[in-house]
Order: sequence, then structure tokens, then C-alpha cells
Amino acid sequence: MQMPSHIALAAHDIACQRGGRTLFQGLSFTLEPGEALLISGPNGTGKTSLLRQIAGLLPLAAGRLTATGAEAGTPVSELCHYVGHLSAIKTSFSVGENLAFWTDFLDADESALPEALAAFGLTPLADLPAGLLSAGQRRKLALSRLFAAPCPIWLLDEPSVSLDTASVKLLDAAIRDHLKTGGIALVSTHVKLKTKFAQELTLGQERAA
Amino acid sequence: MIMSLANPTRFLSLVSAVVPWLTALVVILLGTGLYLAFFVSPPDYQQGETVRIMYVHVPAAWLAMGCYLVIAIAALGTLIWRHPLADVAAKAAAPIGATFTFVALVTGSLWGKPMWGTYWVWDARLTSMLVLFLLYLGLIALWQAIEEPGRAGRAAAILALVGAINIPIIKFSVNWWNTLHQPASVLRVDGPSIDPALLTPLFVMGAAFAALFMLLHLLAMRTEILRRRVRALQQTQVEHAVLVGA
Amino acid sequence: MSPALALLVRDVKLAWREGGAIGVALGFYLVVVAIMPFGLGPDLNLLAHIAPGMLWVALLLAALLSADRIFHNDYEDGTLDVLATGPQSLPMVAAIKSLAHWLTTGIPLALMAPVLGLLLNLPLDAMPLLVLTMLAGTPAVSFVAAIGASLTLGLRRSGLLLALLVLPLYVPVLIFGVSTASMAIVGPGSPWPPFLMLCAISLASIVLAPLAAAAALRTAMR
Repeated sequence: MQMPSHIALAAHDIACQRGGRTLFQGLSFTLEPGEALLISGPNGTGKTSLLRQIAGLLPLAAGRLTATGAEAGTPVSELCHYVGHLSAIKTSFSVGENLAFWTDFLDADESALPEALAAFGLTPLADLPAGLLSAGQRRKLALSRLFAAPCPIWLLDEPSVSLDTASVKLLDAAIRDHLKTGGIALVSTHVKLKTKFAQELTLGQERAA
Repeated sequence: MIMSLANPTRFLSLVSAVVPWLTALVVILLGTGLYLAFFVSPPDYQQGETVRIMYVHVPAAWLAMGCYLVIAIAALGTLIWRHPLADVAAKAAAPIGATFTFVALVTGSLWGKPMWGTYWVWDARLTSMLVLFLLYLGLIALWQAIEEPGRAGRAAAILALVGAINIPIIKFSVNWWNTLHQPASVLRVDGPSIDPALLTPLFVMGAAFAALFMLLHLLAMRTEILRRRVRALQQTQVEHAVLVGA
Repeated sequence: MSPALALLVRDVKLAWREGGAIGVALGFYLVVVAIMPFGLGPDLNLLAHIAPGMLWVALLLAALLSADRIFHNDYEDGTLDVLATGPQSLPMVAAIKSLAHWLTTGIPLALMAPVLGLLLNLPLDAMPLLVLTMLAGTPAVSFVAAIGASLTLGLRRSGLLLALLVLPLYVPVLIFGVSTASMAIVGPGSPWPPFLMLCAISLASIVLAPLAAAAALRTAMR
């Protein structure tokens, strides 16, 4: 299983601008090891943008992000797994090849591979081309990337889309296991999960008021 | 919103104050320059009256390159200093630069007919000008292809810098490729070697073109700023409609 | 396997598997060279004279045809987001993907050039040098194409725009590449000075182009 993590993530007064308008500003939170943050709010209020900012894909319009407990000089984005709307799956590769690439590219031990395949029950499909997978199976393959290499911070953007009830339970359990080992998770979702979220963040409130 | 507009607003009032004076300067310089070029300056003993094309061709070529320099500096402003007006300045300068390049190409080709007996010769300087024109076209096309102004500005800035690094290499390789060109005879380290009677009108025309560039550039920047304001207003309207639930 | 090597191997495998991208580029190269004599006439002396230039121009077009593949698929399916959060810096990712494009497009095209040279009556003893110049010059072609590919990522008509942006930047590569080959065939002078210039341009592109491409990728991913 994964090594326990002692990394805490803090956002200080961060703001996000898209196309010249401000989506949110003055946003601060601190997540200790083992804590999860639930991000909610109507469409277009910046849930995806916030996750992409933490993943280092969008610049912060103001404020800063800090990770304490990590090696000095490591950018926050390198501590993150980002699973967004797009699956990042190569359809001409087999399921196993897809995951093996992420294990190698994210510089993890290859022994993680069988466990990653098993996490969402994809072991029997390992040798099939990923192009044959259904939407739900693709989502599971994308989520399996979380296990292909250990990362302390999980950024999950609507992870339950196109998953069946059983798979949502697997996802739920996976997040809880991750938190137990000291990991951090930031999840934007509309589905009720059993995971206990230490904090909740609702975006777009001041806008509606 | 007000913060981000403060700077452009001050800039707009500056433009309104400067434009009448600059217009007057352009009229005076251009009038004097053209008068000197067409009536005062003597015809060349070899080229005859066609030498007068030079008074349009050479300043246009100077401005074509100067304008790219403005764009390259503005590109640094966009990428490094993130100045709100840098991207506007670059975007406004590109079509003007392309026009000057085009004028330099057309007059060069007209000048070439009596000199070389054909409208186009793959002379090193004309060829470099042609490549510069292609770079301008690429920049303008990139701006038009990207809808989101922020991304368009940054992408064009990157392309402008790549072009700026490439221009000396292109220039060198084209010179190397075609060594059958006249040496650059106006801007030389050891001083101009052509007759002062030709030089004075040339520099007056150069100043006139530079002033014309500044005038056109300021006006184009003003248009661009206003266009962005309209876009921002439309966006707030859309947002408002979303909130009301329309 | 190290992250950099894993990415390189993956890109080469993908080029091999996804729709025969290499084959299409080679086929395009053949077609462009094959139709030119119909426009120019079958005069073998004329063809031999202009063969290095035609082979180079057609190579540039064929390489550009596949250039938007460098980042496009990874951008569309979200892979680029994950590559950007990984342990490799983005310029390194851009460099590896450009290298993969060179391995899967530049080298096959350069190796095919002498075969097409036969169609154009290119002297046999000029062929080793022609292939050598193409192997030396195509890294610049792939790495500069990556700048264009990253700038036009996700745009409509990106292929056409890419060609408009990048082709003018190839003027030096074309000049020195063709000069090396034609100086070896007809002279005058030694082919080595332009060859060394070509190498210098390739090396400079390998160092500088990934920085520009990475900056453009950041812009496109926002």
C-alpha cells in the first residue's frame, strides 16, 4: 500500500480570472494530511478552474498555493493527480499499456501496475484495446491512474460521471483509503459520497447574492 | 474592472490630445518630403527620374523593419511585464507593418523594372522583405484564428519573438544565398555614401513615414481598446442574463 | 524505464499504430515529387539540376503535413494536462515529442529521398550527401514545426495556419540544405560550410524551440 503522506496544502487568497472576468477571489483554505475538500457550486463558477489552478495548468490571478511537508522546491503541481473531464486514454493502446505508461512517466515503481489494474476491476480487460471500452470503463481506467503512481494530492473533477453504483462505491472507498494514508483529496461532485469531507467550499455564492 | 481599465483610459485621453498635433506633423513632413523628392532633388545620372521611387521605397522598408521591432518589444511586454497595453500595441502594429512591407515590395518591384528589366528579381533585400511580409501575414492570421483575446495575445507574442530571433538568420542566409545585390548604401557604419542632395529628402521622408506610423498606430490602438470594451460590455450583459435566469 | 524514455517510446509506438501516420507522410512525399515532372517536362538535365531543391521543398511539405499530430491528439484527449503535471518540465515534454516526430517523420523522409532522387535523375554519387544533409536538417524541421503545432493547438484549420506560420521560418534550412547538395553536384565551392550552418541551425532549434513550444502549450491549456 502507499507510504503515509504528511503533506498539507494551503491556498492563500487565491483568485481566478477567465476571459477577462473574475470567477472567484480571496479564496483561502488549509487541508491537513488526511483531509478532503468538497467543492460545489453552479456551473461556470470555477470548480474546474480551481482544480486546474492547483494542478498548475491555470495561472493564479492572485494569491499563492503552498504545500508544507514536501521537499523544498517541489511545485505543488508535481504532488497532484489531476483527473478531469477528459480521460487521457490512448485508444490504440491496450488497457495495460495505458496504465504502464503512466507508471513509467510519473516515475513510479512498476510493481504498482497490478494493483492499479485491480483497483477498479480492470485486470480481466488488461490486454484489450482501450478503444473498445465503454464510457464507464474509460472513466474507471482514467481513475486507475490514481494508483499507477502514488501522489499525495488528488484533484478529482466530477469523478463519478458515467460510473455505475458499484463503481461509485469503489471510488468512494478509494478516496477514503487515500485519506487514511494521509493523502489529501479535492473533489468536485454532485453525487453524495460516504467519504467524510473535512471542509466544504461552495463557489458562486457572492455572485448569486 | 475599473482597475484594469484605468490605464487604458488614461491612454485614450492621451491619444485624443496627441492626435491633432501628430496629424499636423505628418501633413507638414509628408508635404515637405514629397515636394523635395519630386521637385527639388536632382534626377540620378544613371537611373534618371526613377530614382524618386527610392524616397518611398527606402523609408517604407525602414518602417517595415522598425514596426517588427515594435511588435517584438511589445511581445516582451506581454510575456514578461504583462503590461495591459502591450498586447494592444502589438496587435495594432501588425497590419500597419504588413502594409509598409507591402509598399516596400511594390515600390521595389516598380523600381526594379527600369533597373533590372523585370518586375521581380530574387535580390537579397527584396527577398528578405518578402519573407518579412510572410511573417507579418502569419502573425495577423494567428490573431484572427484565436478567439479568446488573452490566448491570442500571448500566442502572437511567442510567434513574434520566434520571428525576431529568426529574422537575422533569415537575412544572413538570404544574403549568403544571393550575393548579387547592391551593398546597403544608406545606413553604413562609415557614413552615407550617396549625394547629400538625395539624402535630405530621404531623411525627411523617413521622418514623415515614422510620424505616419505613430499616428496610425495610436489610432489603431484606440480602436482595439474600444473593441475590447464593447466585448467586455457584451460579456457582462450575458452574465447578467444568466443570473436573472433568462 | 525513465519518464523521458517512456514518453519517447510511447510517441513512437503511437505514430506507428495510429492510422499509419508515417505511411501517409511517405506517400505524400512520393506524390508531390512524382507530379512535378508533369509540370516541368521530362527533361532529365533540368530535373537533375533542380532535384535537390524539389526534394527538400517536398520534404518540408510532407513533414508539415504530420506536424499537427505532435501535440494535437494529446491535447484533445486530456493527456497533455497529465503530462504537464508530471515530473518532467514542459519544455522537456515538448522536446521529447519533437524528437519523436523527427524519428517517425524526419528520418523516414530523409531515407526515402534518394529513391525519389532516382526519378529526378539525381547523380548517384550525390545521394549520400543529400541524405546526410536531410538527416542534419530535419531536426530543425521537426522542432520548429512543434512551435507551430503548439501555437495552433485546438484551432480551426490548424494545419493550414501551421504551414503559414512555419514555412517562412524554414527559409534558412532550405537554403543551406539545398546549397550543400547542389554544391556537391555542380559546385562552386566546398559543400561543407553550408552543411555546418545547417547543423548549427538544427542544434539551435533543438535548444530553443522547445522553450517557445512549452510557452505556447501553457497558453493553449488555460
